[in-house]
Amino acid sequence: MLIEFFYLLRRGGLKVSLTEFLTLLEALKQGLARYSINEFYYLSRSALVKDEALYDRFDQVFAAHFKGIEQVFGPQGAEIPDEWLRQQFDRVFSDEEMALMEAMDWDELMETLRKRLEEQKEEHHGGNKWIGTGGTSPFGSGGYNPAGIRIGPGGGQRSGVKVWDKREYRNLDDSLELGTRNLKVALRRLRKFARQGAAEELDLPGTIDSTARNAGFLDLKMVPERHNAIKVLLFLDVGGSMDDHVRACEELFSAAKTEFKHLEYFYFHNCVYEGVWKDNRRRHTEKTPLMDVLHKYAHDYKLILVGDATMSPFEITYAGGSVEHLNEAPGATWLKRLLDTYPKAIWLNPEPQKRWDYTPSVRLINELMEERMFPLTISGLEQGMRELL
Amino acid sequence: MSKTTKPGPGQAKFSGTDRYVATEDLTTAVNAAVTLGRPILIKGEPGTGKTQLAEEIGRGLDRPLLQWHIKSTTKAQQGLYEYDAVARLRDSQLGDERVHDIKNYIIRGPLWEAFEQDQQPVLLIDEIDKADIEFPNDLLRELDRMEFYVYETHETIVARYRPIIVITSNNEKELPDAFLRRCFFHYIRFPDAETMAEIVEVHYPGLKKELLSAALEAFYGLREVPGLKKKPSTSELLDWLKLLLAEDIPPEALRSDDRRKTLPPLHGALLKNEQDIHLFERLIFLHQREGR
Repeated sequence: MLIEFFYLLRRGGLKVSLTEFLTLLEALKQGLARYSINEFYYLSRSALVKDEALYDRFDQVFAAHFKGIEQVFGPQGAEIPDEWLRQQFDRVFSDEEMALMEAMDWDELMETLRKRLEEQKEEHHGGNKWIGTGGTSPFGSGGYNPAGIRIGPGGGQRSGVKVWDKREYRNLDDSLELGTRNLKVALRRLRKFARQGAAEELDLPGTIDSTARNAGFLDLKMVPERHNAIKVLLFLDVGGSMDDHVRACEELFSAAKTEFKHLEYFYFHNCVYEGVWKDNRRRHTEKTPLMDVLHKYAHDYKLILVGDATMSPFEITYAGGSVEHLNEAPGATWLKRLLDTYPKAIWLNPEPQKRWDYTPSVRLINELMEERMFPLTISGLEQGMRELL
Repeated sequence: MSKTTKPGPGQAKFSGTDRYVATEDLTTAVNAAVTLGRPILIKGEPGTGKTQLAEEIGRGLDRPLLQWHIKSTTKAQQGLYEYDAVARLRDSQLGDERVHDIKNYIIRGPLWEAFEQDQQPVLLIDEIDKADIEFPNDLLRELDRMEFYVYETHETIVARYRPIIVITSNNEKELPDAFLRRCFFHYIRFPDAETMAEIVEVHYPGLKKELLSAALEAFYGLREVPGLKKKPSTSELLDWLKLLLAEDIPPEALRSDDRRKTLPPLHGALLKNEQDIHLFERLIFLHQREGR
């Protein structure tokens, strides 16, 4: 029974190791958690799950296994995140299906969903229009419409709410999207190359230490020079769908600040134009001219642009194309100027790579970047960092 | 697991103490870690009593407590021992007799101290995420086997009793998988209002009901405000209550109607961030304008 549970956990995306499983068995053998399922739940959770972000998944698997109800873990059972409108679609349809879907249908579906959400003010179960459970509407949970979108925990009857069914940790589950996790890995990559270097220099503390150990005879020590001269210029797209990603980026890059000699960040919206800003609240009053940025920071800065590059192509190619103001020079020109000044540059795109081809503006930006656009995934970041080196 | 070390005698169960409220999930995790002699890793929002837990386990089980506070410059080796080479160099220049015995220059670290205790101790490794990224990896073997080798004196130090190791983390860095596999893990959730009332009762017994409920209401209301940079935590609530008591603020002053019009009294104990206070003031301003 427990071995099945173990494999179910692994299939549910929890990387439970054999050591941890054996620890749990040992704990059970010692008579911990003998009398109640609650205790067993707490015990297995603390032995098997080592990240509070995964608590929610664990709860789902636990519920599925120990109550024999429909398996609710996995992509469809994922709980509604802030921008779930879009994400729900991503989960329900495969990329191929999404590609096949006409833009009109997509928008229509989204619009309907949004409208209903606005109309709906209270919980609803059954029926065929509202979002709720057990209905035939395309939206909701446990319904019958094959094209339906599932929202919230899955169907099946349940009796009484158990601890793991409360799913109190669902806000902590961040593995559903690109974000913090992958970016943390990125940090490590940056750190790695920030420490590289081959030159040798005298290690003064090391020399003193080893001389002392040597009872007073001089013992010279050399160390590789800490080449910590990486300077980074970070441009973040803000607004709309980018907001969630940006906050994660910002936090992590500022955490990385100690690893770099300099880290400067600026914000832009959709595409870079003549002005960028440092504070989103005062973006309209305190803009920094991009020209000043170009002049102030030397050529050896590494340029990292983060954005989904999803916009109207006019915003890139035409003067006056910006959605926010009347720009004299097109975005493409400004991007070119940036790239001319900073030869080492990459664009990180949080959108999945498969979908880039369907958005003309992404293609356009990628061309401007000379194919140096990388997805915000582990492998994408790895490639990107190699490009920056 | 090493056969040479036994877990502590008598498996006492930890179930919170007179000044620490432990929820069932927490006690289960702690008891599992104590029974199996594995480290327990505690995470949670700042101010939820992670560090205090180690102290209370020590008190609850009547075990001595050793603390090792980690800083960004802390090395794993410092937990085991340090060799004070400079002191030896100085002594050799001065012709001190001590110089011939290297043992005189070995300074024990907290882990060594814990291994040498006469009864099973509690060792707190506080804020492990502050250290270098490789720090936890450097301690893997020591925590697993509860032994280490001293190169200078060629001896192996083995724990007499496997210490109860409590490790806290604020999530500033991710910990390596190999390290996590060896630990029990518990995430201290922010207490719900019911548990919070218990916690307050433990700290300020006999607090007036009205004041407590008014304060809790104001407190949770404050935590609900979207966009706060730093949400007030349990320890801040306790500080605030202390101030309220000292200033003898009546419960009426905390009622939510008032709170919408002004900041709660002595808010400095709850809101520690200038931007948060500004945000709050703006909200109040908006509210007043609407109310007019």
